[in-house]
Amino acid sequence: MATIANGEHGDSPTFYLVEQDDHGHGAGSPTMLGFWIYLMSDALIFAALFATFGVLSTSYAGGPMPREIFDLPLVALNTSILLVSSITYGFSMLAMERGQLRATQGWLLLTGLLGASFVGVELYEFGELIAEGATPQRSGFLSGFFTLVGTHGLHVTVGIIWIVVMLVQLNQRGLHLENKRRLQCLSMFWHFLDVIWIGVFTFVYLLGMVR
Amino acid sequence: MSDQSPAAMIFGRLSWESFPLHEPIILVTFIVVALLGAGVLAAVTKFGLWGWLWREWFTSVDHKKIGIMYMILGIIMLLRGFADALMMRAQQAIAFAGNDGFLPAHHYDQIFTAHGTIMIFFVAIPLVVGIINYVMPLQIGARDVAFPFLNNLSFWLTVSGAVLVMISLFVGEFSTGGWLNYVPVTNLENSPGTGPDYYLWALQIAGVGTTLSAINMVVTIIKMRAPGMTMMKMPVFCWTALCSNVLAIAIFPILTGAFALLMLDRYVGTNFFTNDLGGNPMMYWNLVWIWGHPEVYVLILPVFGIYSEITSTFSGKRLFGYSSMVYATVVITILSYLVWLHHFFTMGSGASVNSFFGIATMVISIPTGAKIFNWLFTMYRGSIRFDLPMMWVVAFMLTFVVGGMTGVLLAVPPADFVLHNSLFLVAHFHNVIIGGVVFGLFAGMIYWFPKAFGFHLDPWWGKVGFWGWVIGYWVAWTPIYVVGLMGTTRRVRHFDDTTIQIWFVIAAIGALIILVGILGFVMSIVMGFVRREQLRDTTGDPWDGRTLEWSTSSPPPAYNFAFTPVVHDLDAWYDMKSRGYRRPETGYKPIHMPRNTGAGVILAGLAAALGFAMVWYIWWLAALSFVGLVVVAIGHTFNYHRDYFIDPADVERHERDHGAALAAGA
Amino acid sequence: MSSTSASDEANLDTELHAHGDTHGHGSMRSYLVGFALSAILTAIPFWLVMSDVLGNATATSAAVIALAVAQIVVHTICFLHVNTQGEGGWTLVAFVFTAVILLITIGGSLWIMYHLNTNMMPGMMTGQAAQMP
Repeated sequence: MATIANGEHGDSPTFYLVEQDDHGHGAGSPTMLGFWIYLMSDALIFAALFATFGVLSTSYAGGPMPREIFDLPLVALNTSILLVSSITYGFSMLAMERGQLRATQGWLLLTGLLGASFVGVELYEFGELIAEGATPQRSGFLSGFFTLVGTHGLHVTVGIIWIVVMLVQLNQRGLHLENKRRLQCLSMFWHFLDVIWIGVFTFVYLLGMVR
Repeated sequence: MSDQSPAAMIFGRLSWESFPLHEPIILVTFIVVALLGAGVLAAVTKFGLWGWLWREWFTSVDHKKIGIMYMILGIIMLLRGFADALMMRAQQAIAFAGNDGFLPAHHYDQIFTAHGTIMIFFVAIPLVVGIINYVMPLQIGARDVAFPFLNNLSFWLTVSGAVLVMISLFVGEFSTGGWLNYVPVTNLENSPGTGPDYYLWALQIAGVGTTLSAINMVVTIIKMRAPGMTMMKMPVFCWTALCSNVLAIAIFPILTGAFALLMLDRYVGTNFFTNDLGGNPMMYWNLVWIWGHPEVYVLILPVFGIYSEITSTFSGKRLFGYSSMVYATVVITILSYLVWLHHFFTMGSGASVNSFFGIATMVISIPTGAKIFNWLFTMYRGSIRFDLPMMWVVAFMLTFVVGGMTGVLLAVPPADFVLHNSLFLVAHFHNVIIGGVVFGLFAGMIYWFPKAFGFHLDPWWGKVGFWGWVIGYWVAWTPIYVVGLMGTTRRVRHFDDTTIQIWFVIAAIGALIILVGILGFVMSIVMGFVRREQLRDTTGDPWDGRTLEWSTSSPPPAYNFAFTPVVHDLDAWYDMKSRGYRRPETGYKPIHMPRNTGAGVILAGLAAALGFAMVWYIWWLAALSFVGLVVVAIGHTFNYHRDYFIDPADVERHERDHGAALAAGA
Repeated sequence: MSSTSASDEANLDTELHAHGDTHGHGSMRSYLVGFALSAILTAIPFWLVMSDVLGNATATSAAVIALAVAQIVVHTICFLHVNTQGEGGWTLVAFVFTAVILLITIGGSLWIMYHLNTNMMPGMMTGQAAQMP
């Protein structure tokens, strides 16, 4: 609690906080807002990639077109995996708020495994495409496709590494306040990636097939 | 590459040919720089300063020290960028008809590219970020920024970018694609060398630093203002800092994306901006200018804030029209994101697109004009003191307005069809950048220098600097407007028409006068230090300021404020002074502060190594540095002990000394 | 006794709140509702495209885009817990601002590049020419 100092007279305005708690003016930790704003900037990197993909989306250069290379059932599977991983992360956060360390870690681990499956499926998909000759170098369309989808996959990979680091740090320090802040940031990151994926499966895969 | 010699595996494409042994100008430059550098390193070693530098400066997370380091970086890079300018002016003054000048085309192209790249990314941005870093937390009554470690990291990442650009002068070559590294010049098939790669890596690394710094400043302003300081009671400089940094967050990711795509084209063979296989070079221009236009507003907005602070202080009056200043700033921020196509009216998007962006561009001059009127009304009936900072403000008003007007002229698409990429354009943007940004940075440096160091810059040499810059600017750039209107193209190193040579000669003389201005400024620092006892400020408030930074000692202690200020009104310090505040002299508490760390230096060093390795295709070094980056970054997160407490006894000692100095001065 | 008591749970939560953490919290309900809605909003567009139910490319595209926007809103509210209270309203401000910038960047680029391609790269956008290497 903060108390405000008097000036030299009882009725003059007060210009200084004399007693204050550790955290200054009670505005709270800036970490969450800072991370949220960082996520907004990350969204804009994706904006540039989406814009570029949009511009190059019909630049096939005589090479493969979406209908020839997209495997919608596989994409549907991947979408489901990622959506479920959002729920498992949500359960992890609920466990954290209840102070249950082991449950937090368990759901976190499951989220990581689902994320790894997502990346695995995607690598498989990329491998198949490249084997067929639909490489990133083949056309502007394919360059845009691999980069947009690949960048999302890279972000998921970073998220998985972060999950591993959190599991270690949770083991070391339990539900320390700093760990909880980090888990909340990771939560924002993970759900954000699912939001981006909605954009990807809609504008890249579904609209690609419709065109 | 099936037949990789051992040398190629270790050194990539780096070889003896990469060093400029056959280019006398660069060779001589290298020798001079190497000798100077060796001298500095020797002096630091001789006086045993490495430990002090590491502990007190390099690893510091104090926003004040980081701000000062940014300013030092900016000033050093200004000298390098200006050297490029002098070379271009010299070449253009003599290279007419039969005289080919002294700079071959390939070298000249790198010079104008480096000049622009350095001036924007490594002079203007660091100087602006440095001033915001130093001043803003003090103005909002905070003890530091929201993320002190990230602040340190951002600085060192910017340094890494600058280092890569400087290395490119002596090892390999720099880009020839202009300050925005244009395709198709910089496509791999047209520029297979190291040029564009140096550019891309240097700016990606520095760009990460700038983005992180912008997030830091925005969160600081939102979360860490002193109690009672609502958004509308914040100094205008903080509003402009907020809007500028919001804009930076909005645009740097786009640049990062554009550069990443070009890197993919160059390293992996994708077809984003190639001329075949479905690539579209025009998309690069589109993306890069989505960044490029708002960027100039990122630079000018904080400087408008500086002008507001100085005008009100030296007119002894509250700033006129505070609310309209805030609204104008916000409007400029939003509008600046809607005008980018005016940089490529001539690329062929047609009438409907061109009209929209032309009109939007003209509209943006309205809030800017409103600001000028507000400053004038602030001065009206004020008791104006024409100290050096105020002189810079007046010079800005007279100079910048002309540049703004030529900008509105260029905003008309049919006019731009004639003037695009002419020297008229070049004169316009130098007009607004020098007359706007540079003049404001000098004003701000002179204004806040006593706060940061405890003594004034030498006023006489400061005036030499002032007149050198102001007269030099007009002599250097008015002729360029003239030849531009006549139709002279930019980025040209030789002309056939000798009737226009006289203009270039005058411009070269102007550049030399600006050189006098730069040397004057440097001397004002040197002589300020030499004469610091005569120029000392013991009060912390040498200009009778109006905002909270002037309530601290000069320089402020590490913790800024012994007690967090409580704010009641705009111009909080003026309010405190006029209502008879008393500095508390007892009851000091331990102050919670962040610890220094070397992680920023190490991460930035690894990033520079990664950039260098990628430029030269030294894959093992690239892999090692990348792994190092990941390991150090993750390792850093295992450090949970990042803070400490300042002993109240130390706080009391400093506050007592400051109190005594104030009493002695009164 | 391994489970925490109700008062302990409350304390841990207050600990975060005491540090000024106004960030949105989830509840079991919001996650389950969000999941259900998202699953539906994912299944429908996939179905529309894979079985070509509407028979009309434009209508399908419009529907798919609208459903994507709806699902993004669901994610934002139910998973990211964005509301008007978070960080004194700044969470929402940042989100809306970013959305606007995103629309300008993508929409503006598509508009500009469409015109540039039409004027400067004739024939590249459609039909045969799109197939050219």
